[in-house]
Amino acid sequence: MTTIDRILFGDNQFFGVNHMSEEKARQQLIRFKDTRSILEVLDVAYEMGIRTFMCTTHDRIGEICDHMRAHPRRYKDFIYYPCMPYAHKYANSVSQVGLLETIQRFSTGGVVNTLFRGAMGAATRDIYALMKLLVDAEMKRFEGLNTPVIFVQNVVTDLLLGLKLYPVFAEFDRYLRERYGAEAGFITMNLPLLMDALDQVGLENPIVCANINKIGFRMCGGVDGYRELLRARRCRPIAMSVLASGAIPAQEAIEWVCGLEGLQSIVFGASTAGNIRQTKELIERCWAPQQQVLPAAGKR
Amino acid sequence: MGLSHCAIANALPGASVVAVCDTSRYVCSVLRKYMGVQTYSGYQKMIEGTQLDCLIVATPTATHFELAKDALEKGLHLFVEKPLTLSAAQSLRLSELALERKRVNQVGFHNRFLGTFQQAQSLLRAGALGTVTNIHGSAFGQVVVKQQGSTWRSRKAEGGGCLHDYACHVIDLMNFLVGPPTRVSGARMQSIFSNDVEDAVSAVFDYGNKMSGILETNWSDDTVRKMSTTISVHGTNGKLVVDRQELKLYLRSGCAFGSYVEGWNTSYSTELQKPVPFYLRGEEYSAQLHAFFTAIREGNLEQENSFESAYQADRVLELIQEADRLN
Repeated sequence: MTTIDRILFGDNQFFGVNHMSEEKARQQLIRFKDTRSILEVLDVAYEMGIRTFMCTTHDRIGEICDHMRAHPRRYKDFIYYPCMPYAHKYANSVSQVGLLETIQRFSTGGVVNTLFRGAMGAATRDIYALMKLLVDAEMKRFEGLNTPVIFVQNVVTDLLLGLKLYPVFAEFDRYLRERYGAEAGFITMNLPLLMDALDQVGLENPIVCANINKIGFRMCGGVDGYRELLRARRCRPIAMSVLASGAIPAQEAIEWVCGLEGLQSIVFGASTAGNIRQTKELIERCWAPQQQVLPAAGKR
Repeated sequence: MGLSHCAIANALPGASVVAVCDTSRYVCSVLRKYMGVQTYSGYQKMIEGTQLDCLIVATPTATHFELAKDALEKGLHLFVEKPLTLSAAQSLRLSELALERKRVNQVGFHNRFLGTFQQAQSLLRAGALGTVTNIHGSAFGQVVVKQQGSTWRSRKAEGGGCLHDYACHVIDLMNFLVGPPTRVSGARMQSIFSNDVEDAVSAVFDYGNKMSGILETNWSDDTVRKMSTTISVHGTNGKLVVDRQELKLYLRSGCAFGSYVEGWNTSYSTELQKPVPFYLRGEEYSAQLHAFFTAIREGNLEQENSFESAYQADRVLELIQEADRLN
């Protein structure tokens, strides 16, 4: 079973994702227009001992993968947690050319062949085959790299959650184990609902990643619901959006989140060496070694 | 986007999806199997064969009128994706029919459910800017960035194009903030990559007083990651700039307003946005359906985004097309 690092590095800052300011997002896009500048920041984080990079399967991630494949010794401990799909890529394509052509466009092999792979029932066959097809297409760029956990982005997790297509979660996990020797992770904005769904399909101690912040920003189920869930339920949670896009001052935000019983990992993004160091040190200071325990046995 | 409406409606408390109509057999088979809903390939059969309280219509715009009319005549409360129809007269007819039948009627102009735009409206209504003199609304995005296209969005007759699919959001927001214009004094609809539809729309609005407005939209702009909509408003007391994430208010010397001080004030969606019971793609999508269901439960016909207010947007869309033809 994969043990998740305490501190993970995220990628929103590289690709113009900023939930607070469109202007800041634009500035970040300009700052990181060259892949070299992204690698420089990743190198800084890696040298400080942050070795897990949670990254969207954005087209430009391919260039980062190429660089790391070309320097295997230098990056031998580097771990990718791919988060798929990069939804805007698909959404833009679906509105432009339609769903079928989008699948053709992004799939690696023959669509018809792939759709009829496996021997499941007629209705389930295509949805699982489609999922595998898209996973393979997204994973191609990570070939030869270490990807022990592969995430479903919240836009897809939460869509499946709303549609109650829970068995897809279990099938995704099963396929990743079989094909990639990896575990599934699920990003969500609706953690309590997701945990119930994963329970129903028998996914035990799941890896989940959700907004967890003091002001309850994008935490459906509320701060108290999340606090109780982390305390009582057996999962491997990763907190994201800890600063709520900058709405909470760093120290206050991190002290609060590190005080939550049952929380094991934090993912954060930063663009400068100073910010990476400051955030890492804050987390380490708040999470004294004696608090770093795995969930107690007997949790649901 | 029908799938995400379906997911949100199904996940919101107090509502459940019982039937789905879609032209895709694949979508129907998956939903029937996992959601346990009845599925149909034609809506007539669905509204006749199922016990429904309401209907959510997320089909190409050209089909809205007939569908909505039939559903209202069946006595269903109705949520229709934007724009309501392709003709102001048809939209007005639907609005009248909904009122006649006392059915809750709402259109998916989701930006009105964003905390930043709601706060902007409150500030303008309360007179924070003094007399409003100018409004500028813009939207940019990367929907069509090269020469191709085979969905209904690229066909004018079905309601495709930047005007009905993109500019309508900005027009509705401008209506939301300062009311609809009385006249469109000039407009230009330009194709950049598309054959049958326009990819950019610009227009100048008149409001029958000293106020004027400018609309600028372009969906062939790949410098933005996703649709980026911004409204700026000038008034005698200052200026307001608002998008989905930020509200910036500048107040002139001596014009402080409530907790807003002279100079620049900035508030963010993290503080302005109300939480929703289920999140998918953005709070506004859940908030609008939540408001629709609440209005049905409470028998409230005065909820946000009524057919009447969507008719006002459709009327501006027509005025823009007329002004463009005069070029």
